[in-house]
Amino acid sequence: MTDALRQRITDTIAKGRIMLFMKGNPSMPQCGFSAAVVSILKQIGVPFESFNILADGELREGLKEYSSWPTYPQLYKDGKLVGGADIVRDLHERGELAKLLSS
Amino acid sequence: MTPDDLSARIRAALPDAIVRVTDTTGGGDHFAATVVSAAFAGKGPVDRHRLVYAALGEAIIGSAAPIHALALTTFTPDEQGART
Repeated sequence: MTDALRQRITDTIAKGRIMLFMKGNPSMPQCGFSAAVVSILKQIGVPFESFNILADGELREGLKEYSSWPTYPQLYKDGKLVGGADIVRDLHERGELAKLLSS
Repeated sequence: MTPDDLSARIRAALPDAIVRVTDTTGGGDHFAATVVSAAFAGKGPVDRHRLVYAALGEAIIGSAAPIHALALTTFTPDEQGART
């Protein structure tokens, strides 16, 4: 990965304290897993930023390598990977996600 | 990709793993897997998933990878015992 791409990835992750990399956008998700995470975040009511990885193939592939995480969606809090759809749903069902995201 | 292929790849990297895989759509590209392994002990969910993703390697990395989606549930043997 080039330094320029790595820098662009860290800058993009830093765009929001809670940052969702997804297929599509929150009002029109292009994938059921992305839609599920958007729905949970809206239910919790935390503000979040999002990035449509379908619109940027270079960042889409680069972020997989950067985070050693091969699939989307990916949810970040303060620059750290919280997880994909399974982990987000699991944390939410255990009542831990709201606390984690609002800390 | 078949569920058996996917299980075999995971077990090659995590030899103690008990793996149950289902093809969720019948199309050979969307799967759900439950993996029980002592290798998950002391690890959070993100690192557990990374272990399984690393085991799958090129089968899940990249836009041409045969696995498009993998819903993953992980347990250590102790956690699995506590559930049953």
